[in-house]
Amino acid sequence: MSIAPPQSPPPPTQPTAPGRPGRPGRSRPGRGTQQSRGFWIALAAPGILWLLLLFIVPFYAVLAIAMGQLNRLTEAPIAQYNPLHWSSSNVINVWRDLFGATAFAAPIAVRTLAYVVVASLLCLVLGYPAAYFVARFAGRRKALFLVLLIAPFWISYMMRMLAWIDLLQTDGYVNKTLSFLGLTSSSSPIDWLGGKPGTVVLGLVYGYIPYLILVLYAGLDRIDPSLIEAGRDLGLGRIRTFVRVTLPLSRQPILTGMLITVLPMLGDYFTNQLLSGAPNTSMIGNLIEGQLGTPGLQGQGAVLSLFLLLILVIPMIYYVIATNRSSREAS
Amino acid sequence: MSATAMTGQAGATAQPDAAGRTARWRAPWRNPWRRPWLLEGFTWLYLIWSLVPIAIAVLFSFNNGKSQATWQGFSLRWYFTDPVNSVLHSNVLQDAVLQTLRLSVYTTLIAVPLGVAFALGINRWRGVTSSSFNLVMIFSFVIPELIFGVSMFFVFTVLFSFVHLGTLAQTLALVSWNVSWPAIIVQARLVTIGRQYEEAAADLGATQWQTIRRVLLPLLTPAIFASAVLVFSTVVDDFVIVDLLYSNASNTPMSVYIYSQQHGGNGGPALNALGTIMLLMSFVIAILGYIGYRFMTRGERGDAKEALATIAGADYG
Repeated sequence: MSIAPPQSPPPPTQPTAPGRPGRPGRSRPGRGTQQSRGFWIALAAPGILWLLLLFIVPFYAVLAIAMGQLNRLTEAPIAQYNPLHWSSSNVINVWRDLFGATAFAAPIAVRTLAYVVVASLLCLVLGYPAAYFVARFAGRRKALFLVLLIAPFWISYMMRMLAWIDLLQTDGYVNKTLSFLGLTSSSSPIDWLGGKPGTVVLGLVYGYIPYLILVLYAGLDRIDPSLIEAGRDLGLGRIRTFVRVTLPLSRQPILTGMLITVLPMLGDYFTNQLLSGAPNTSMIGNLIEGQLGTPGLQGQGAVLSLFLLLILVIPMIYYVIATNRSSREAS
Repeated sequence: MSATAMTGQAGATAQPDAAGRTARWRAPWRNPWRRPWLLEGFTWLYLIWSLVPIAIAVLFSFNNGKSQATWQGFSLRWYFTDPVNSVLHSNVLQDAVLQTLRLSVYTTLIAVPLGVAFALGINRWRGVTSSSFNLVMIFSFVIPELIFGVSMFFVFTVLFSFVHLGTLAQTLALVSWNVSWPAIIVQARLVTIGRQYEEAAADLGATQWQTIRRVLLPLLTPAIFASAVLVFSTVVDDFVIVDLLYSNASNTPMSVYIYSQQHGGNGGPALNALGTIMLLMSFVIAILGYIGYRFMTRGERGDAKEALATIAGADYG
């Protein structure tokens, strides 16, 4: 696709355009809008070209591979760029895996959904009170609390997983504490890392909660305290003020924060590999990643990741609209 | 506790205190302005839960033994002293550190100018093309990393296969993934700056290029700086993209090395040492970023807390 020539679309900043009074700088003679338009287009062009080649075209390539065929000799996928020659064999295979009689992928999809729902709700339940406290009540110690609150955001995900791997080993501190308290016997320690769904959910919560907290904090911090005080002055108690005033005002940050944790969680394939490694905790991300590395199944991996994208497109559009709106309100 | 019990001052009774003054006494749980002890206690518990495990993991990088679970005394063997397995002496570990650094620097150097120019151009050139590409940019910000990584894997193995998997593919993909930071942050800043400075410069006879260089760029410096900090630290932390696009040991960054070793059953304090180095890298960047941002925005409205939140990208999710 080519960059539009500067002359073709009508310039939106005509000096005589109605509704734009009092902007003399724009109507200066000799500084034509046409010429300035070309300048801004040239400035945006490299970024646009980059997005085109390394964001849009790649997705078409995935589509072409998903709709392509298999080289039976090398088991490499053959991309079919012409929609007229698209084949549905990969889609049919994936559909069979998901919904057919011997659907091995269906339980994985259900499990992914269950883990993600539980983990993101836990994130919210743990993250909201902490973010709320720091935004509203931390007072003079707010900066300290904020540093502690967002420190995990700066700590690598792998390091945060290592932290729990260390603690949850059979001879780790969690088991030591439990046997010290007499809850388990030290001769038969609990194998936390041996395929426990609870451990995987813990890992997901621990891994993604910093992103949620950051969004929640930023949103809650923007709430005008006078609105809450007004609620209190008018005779509402703590809880009713919270339910009637604070909670409705934090709807937006809660929704965007949940999206920011749910979207990457659905594509997670490393948390459960590190904290369980057992097939009984594998998620949709593991399926896609596994197919990517298996000759012959790459086309199906492409289909599956497009499926996932298709499901997620609606929440993504919601997020885009919501951030657009809030940035317009901020300006 | 019921909500109605807290609404009025029904429980308030008059009682003289020790000094004989009449103070209005009310049960502490009925005071609507009391300190939220429960909430504060919960917050502290949360912070302990979120930070102590990491502190323990850092501690184990100094373990004088091969265990990641049992403390066997302090040593620096996994950093310096071990002649084979320490970060200083093991080529594989060193390569991992260097690859992470390399990718972070390359990506920041490409993505930031690209994103800033994009933001400037898109913000002033209003049209269907510009707004649709702006939408694409925001999409690239929210798309799950695995789906994006899959598309990058296929584009570099099937379509643009002249770009082999490795550092080049990783860098190109990371730029695409991170260019939205500067693009979005700079656009937000442009909106707050408004157009009056530019118009003043134009009235004084500045060309567009001069206006950008002398007026806009200085005003945008904090935003550009904050986005550079975010891009750098995102790349240090990145896992999925670099994992899908690495080809051999020489282009395996720290995150992928930690993952593959731990997952392959070769865990050990050396991995904790690598993780600690990653943590230090991010913290140094964050602290420098914070100090730099505060310096650049001196004299502006806003305080330490806002600077902290901005450096962490809090306003943009």
